[in-house]
Amino acid sequence: MSNAPDNSGRRKFLTLTTGVVGAIGAAAVAVPFVKSWSPSEKAKAAGAPVAVDISKIQPGQLIRVEWRGKPVWVVSRTQKVLDELSTLDDKLRDPASEQAQQPDYATNPLRSLKSEIFIAVGICTHLGCSPTYLPDSFSEQVEGVESGFFCPCHGSKFDMAGRVFQNVPAPLNLVIPPHYYVSESQIVIGLDKGDA
Amino acid sequence: MLKKLVLDGIDWVDARIPMTETWNKHLAQYPTPVNFNFWYFFGSLAMLVLVNQILTGIWLTMHYNPSAEGAFASIEYIMRDVPYGWLLRYMHSTGASAFFVVIYLHMFRGLIYGSYQKPRELIWIFGMLIFLVLMAEAFMGYLLPWGQMSFWGAQVIISLFGAIPIIGDDLTLWIRGDYVISGATLNRFFALHVVALPLALVALVFLHIVALHEVGSNNPDGVEIKQKKGTASEEAKGKFTFHKQYSGKKDIIDAVPFHPYFTVKDIMGVSGFLICFAAVIFFIPEGGGYFLEPPNFEAANGLKTPDHIAPVWYYTPYYAILRAIPDKLIGVVFFGGSIAILFLLPWLDRCKVKSIRYRSWKHKLNITQFIICFIVLGVLGALPATPLLTTVAQVASVGYFGFFIALWVYSKNEKTKPLPTRLTH
Amino acid sequence: MKKLMIALVALLFTFPMFASAAGGNVHLEKANYDLSDKASLQNGAKLFMNYCFACHSTGHQRYQRVATDLGIPDELMRENLIFTDSKIGDLMHNSMDKKESAKWFGAAPPDLTLEARLRGADWIYTYLHSFYVDESRPFGVNNTVFPDVGMPHVLEELQGISTPTYEVVVDADGIEHKTVVALTSDETGEMSSDEYDQAVLDLVNFLVYAGEPNKLERQSLGIWVLAFLFVLFIVSYLLKKEYWRDIH
Repeated sequence: MSNAPDNSGRRKFLTLTTGVVGAIGAAAVAVPFVKSWSPSEKAKAAGAPVAVDISKIQPGQLIRVEWRGKPVWVVSRTQKVLDELSTLDDKLRDPASEQAQQPDYATNPLRSLKSEIFIAVGICTHLGCSPTYLPDSFSEQVEGVESGFFCPCHGSKFDMAGRVFQNVPAPLNLVIPPHYYVSESQIVIGLDKGDA
Repeated sequence: MLKKLVLDGIDWVDARIPMTETWNKHLAQYPTPVNFNFWYFFGSLAMLVLVNQILTGIWLTMHYNPSAEGAFASIEYIMRDVPYGWLLRYMHSTGASAFFVVIYLHMFRGLIYGSYQKPRELIWIFGMLIFLVLMAEAFMGYLLPWGQMSFWGAQVIISLFGAIPIIGDDLTLWIRGDYVISGATLNRFFALHVVALPLALVALVFLHIVALHEVGSNNPDGVEIKQKKGTASEEAKGKFTFHKQYSGKKDIIDAVPFHPYFTVKDIMGVSGFLICFAAVIFFIPEGGGYFLEPPNFEAANGLKTPDHIAPVWYYTPYYAILRAIPDKLIGVVFFGGSIAILFLLPWLDRCKVKSIRYRSWKHKLNITQFIICFIVLGVLGALPATPLLTTVAQVASVGYFGFFIALWVYSKNEKTKPLPTRLTH
Repeated sequence: MKKLMIALVALLFTFPMFASAAGGNVHLEKANYDLSDKASLQNGAKLFMNYCFACHSTGHQRYQRVATDLGIPDELMRENLIFTDSKIGDLMHNSMDKKESAKWFGAAPPDLTLEARLRGADWIYTYLHSFYVDESRPFGVNNTVFPDVGMPHVLEELQGISTPTYEVVVDADGIEHKTVVALTSDETGEMSSDEYDQAVLDLVNFLVYAGEPNKLERQSLGIWVLAFLFVLFIVSYLLKKEYWRDIH
């Protein structure tokens, strides 16, 4: 006689049931193992939102703050810079910010909540270098444009709204982090207003 | 269509490695005695706990910081900051104790049914080596949380090596890598605990099973299921076919294939065990102070000894023997001897009958007193020593070693009961 | 034989119970804390931060976690319970210099995150009730649970201070042993005896929480796990029985 067990309906049913219950159990056991790889409370505390005081920022000045280990720029844009931004559309890859590189509230021509204050993650969208701020010598990079950001690694160029110019390696505009104004002079970076 | 694809796939693999062959030889056509009882669950359970320890251990290693400065805090980091870290840690710490519960019961089974006797001596030796490595593994793992008990427990046990004449002091210094237990000790114990000893453990478990499958399992009757070819009746051989490796040279009686009969039985055993295991993990993870000892919730401090140093419960029987002897060197000799003598069990027992069921009243009495002495020693090893308790420990130590001596004496010409020709079930 | 074996296994499993009772012989009062009582935990946290935290950190837990678990809004936590310049995500370390404090108290005040797991809730509860006047000590107080403790009676303004009644026993060798058998409070504290009991209980509750913040989550998850395993056991038992019909 063979070892193949008699396959009654009851036996099939019980084998299937045990298999399903066992599989659910195995999946449940996997949960703690998988979840333990998520950021710990320590990592979350280190990556917590940061508050920036902008009461002392000078026109044209750039302040660097660290958020989740990355440089975040807070730039005070002068009226001249703002005027210049509206003239660049035909030189840019994504002038209207159609790619989702910013929160909804920064999906506007100036890519900011307030026109004079520009906030962006200072990491080039090409390979992760941090571009240099050129407040008044950017015309060496793009003719006729006075200020912008230039990435020394592979020559990518961004305007004062973090929008990428055409014919450079970087594919996308600079990332705008979630942020909101607590008051006129206090910005929180890393959190949307409603989530506070 | 799908079925054909699967079958073709199996054929493809089988042409390259003996997959189906191995499956049949060791599971689907492996003859297992039909009369296995409750005591035969613990082998598969030990395997389950080993897998649990390896998996949770790997995951804990991802978050643990093996340094004297960071170890203690990193355990609390795991317990609080890492998502589900507390569960992984309790699974590991409870698993350590569960491992010894299961292994002790597994060894007890071997003891009462004579599973160490010829031709299974090597299975017992591999098993004892597993037990020895497991003790070393648990000891080194216990240092890692870097609590007071970790530190002082390691201090006491490493000092035991100092009792060895001439080289003792140099040896303890070499083991520690420092003048006290320090980060150097912690790091070497960490490396051994997470890499070297688990590899040895897995290799030994493999050999244990290879040796088992070569000679076949013993059973509660201690009667072999393999008989001379052509002597067994068709009724005794039963309705199952077994792999030709087993049935080619011998007649197999009263056996069932391991799969599916013992796979489903072991799955039931595993479920039952998991209920107990989960109950401890989720409701009494400290095990009443015996699985996680309270002094270990204080970081290691080399200048302050806890009031009462007790080893973790699974070492206490041997520790009690050590303490019962008022001389350091002789104490250490008996401490080592209490484990070493277990290796000799297959040769100390000279009886031809294996199972306690068919052996003399002397043997039953001897095993009973041995188990009582073992448990008494275990309890005493966890308590502070007093003159009265030390006397009790000395008596129990005599009982412990006396078991082996008495066994050797009476087993030569033991008056046994007649063995059945078939397994009883 | 079978019965004997069952008895032996039972003995092996109950082994820890035999072996318990290692430890001090001071009678400890029972602390009936309740981890699900958020008001008690909040009050305990408040008392801890005001009376204990200057010397004792709880450096393994984070302010944020305490705020979330105890239902304290972040703003309130920042304003009322964070006295150092710590951020809310930080570990709860105080600003005391360990070396300096060791000079003042004889030993650096220990971190108390795990105190309830180390000594037990009852111990802390009794300890905080057991300070008494003893002019021979540097701070003028001693403690029956922790003799010659290096800590002053920090909660004196709440409890007042107790005077001891001694009992002198002369042992066989003629040596006198003086033991404290009763403490009588002078009732100069701000709190009545009952209020003080409650305050200490809240404090103990907070420390038990701090020792293992996941305890309630662990237990409630455990119920589900056990329920699931019972189902698994039943189906696997039925499956086993079904297959073994072939043999019996």
